[in-house]
Amino acid sequence: MSELCLEFENLTLGYSGHPAVHHLSGSVACGGLTAVVGANGSGKSTLMKGIAGILKPLGGRCKARYRRLAYLPQQSEVDRSFPARVIDLVSLGFWQRHGLLGRPTAADREELATVLETVGLTGFEKRPLDSLSGGQFQRALFARAMLQNADLILLDEPFNAVDTRTMKDLVALIKQWGAEDRAVLCVLHDHSLVREHFPQTMLLAREVIAWGPTKEALTAENLLRARQFQEAWDEKAPWCEPGPPKADGGISADIEKVRAHV
Amino acid sequence: MFESVFGPFIQYGFMQRAVIGSLLLSVSCAPVGVFLMLRRMSLTGDAMSHAILPGAALGFLLFGLDIIPMTIGGLIVGLVVAMGAGAVSRFTIQKEDASMAAFYLISLALGVLLVSWRGSSVDLMHVLFGSVLALNNAALTLIVIISLSTILALSVFWRALVAECLDPLFLRSVSRIGAPVHFLFLTLVVLNLVGGFQALGTLLSVGLMMLPAAAARFWTNQVPPMCFIAIAIAAASSLAGLLLSYHASLPSGPAIILSAGAIYILSTVAGRRGVLRNAFSSRRHKTA
Repeated sequence: MSELCLEFENLTLGYSGHPAVHHLSGSVACGGLTAVVGANGSGKSTLMKGIAGILKPLGGRCKARYRRLAYLPQQSEVDRSFPARVIDLVSLGFWQRHGLLGRPTAADREELATVLETVGLTGFEKRPLDSLSGGQFQRALFARAMLQNADLILLDEPFNAVDTRTMKDLVALIKQWGAEDRAVLCVLHDHSLVREHFPQTMLLAREVIAWGPTKEALTAENLLRARQFQEAWDEKAPWCEPGPPKADGGISADIEKVRAHV
Repeated sequence: MFESVFGPFIQYGFMQRAVIGSLLLSVSCAPVGVFLMLRRMSLTGDAMSHAILPGAALGFLLFGLDIIPMTIGGLIVGLVVAMGAGAVSRFTIQKEDASMAAFYLISLALGVLLVSWRGSSVDLMHVLFGSVLALNNAALTLIVIISLSTILALSVFWRALVAECLDPLFLRSVSRIGAPVHFLFLTLVVLNLVGGFQALGTLLSVGLMMLPAAAARFWTNQVPPMCFIAIAIAAASSLAGLLLSYHASLPSGPAIILSAGAIYILSTVAGRRGVLRNAFSSRRHKTA
């Protein structure tokens, strides 16, 4: 439990030189649920992309120690018109296990059936993707994340277009992931949901406003401070010079993955 | 009937070579076309077929009507254009359609310049339209190599190709194979176009790639059957086109592509997912 899964060292992520996540430092333990909360444009999705290695940092470092990563983006880039069935999409979750050439085994097929049952998609196996509703599609993506058997799971607003019943099912699944010692970072807007289910919260407004036990992070005062940040870019903003000198002079500003041996 | 269908292929060596060449091209071009279509890059094949012109023309100008230099020239220029366009779209904000248009236009203009600089319009016609009836052994060997390596590459990288089409962001989050597979795929496109240009010409070789794929989309909603249907359509068009060309003394390239075009029109109208089925589908529905 006490081992660190993610370490941010003065991490700055952004676009065209403007920071979206500014000088973030801190760490996430292996195992457990962390909610990432903040207004629109506060850097939540950017942080997810940074951790997933899709966005290169402008400065600082993000050290990620995981065997497998599952990332559910806010807007998945799945081509819904692609002629594929639900199982074709969900089976992509076997990628990290089988790679390019491995054949799925009988046990895999059983596992596939189990995850589809867990997310309530039994009977949808052969349905074409373009016939799924938004919520059913989201459940299929969760099923794929389950198959990935990841120890670091990034969920970016996973409950968009999801009804209450499905949301309850999916929250139960996320809590089970937490109990299985997987680290889950989940971007959410529903504060009551966060208070009820997520022990840790990171409140972002480009910079970290509060990060710690949810009760201490989501105070009225902190939420007010989070609302007051300036969302628009300031074209005339001065360059941010590093105050404290960086350990490595900022040369190796890159994602560093330390993969444990499996 | 038997005589008019099989006679030409039994009697004449050039018809045998033509049929072997075009059937082999069908097997490798059609699945490549299916993936081009599924990635919404249907016009990329067309752009690439223009782009290989300067390479083919240079080979033609330096070595005459010899398949090897023309092919190597076309291959090199095609790869440069594909890699350039692919790299611009991967590493800048520009999408691949725009970068591809830019690169192929530069290449096409160079090609026309080369041909007009030293050559006549007859030479240009030859490069542009080729002739399947003039396939020599070198060209046929080349087609065999290209189609075998295409099938091998497609079957090895099948899963990555599908994943890259279906959910590129997911593939990027679990593997670094996305970019190499994309470039490999563009290489296959160029290889198949180059393989087809002696038989069909640079402009028409893309027809055997895209028309069967586009037609197959009207018959199924799964990728593997779509590839097989596309191959069958391409093979049928090749045979029909060759026979048409033989009996009606038509140029072989256009005859093959027009046969594929006829199957495409037929599929849009009568296919399982075609116009008629849409218009006259039963309004009966189930209770759940």
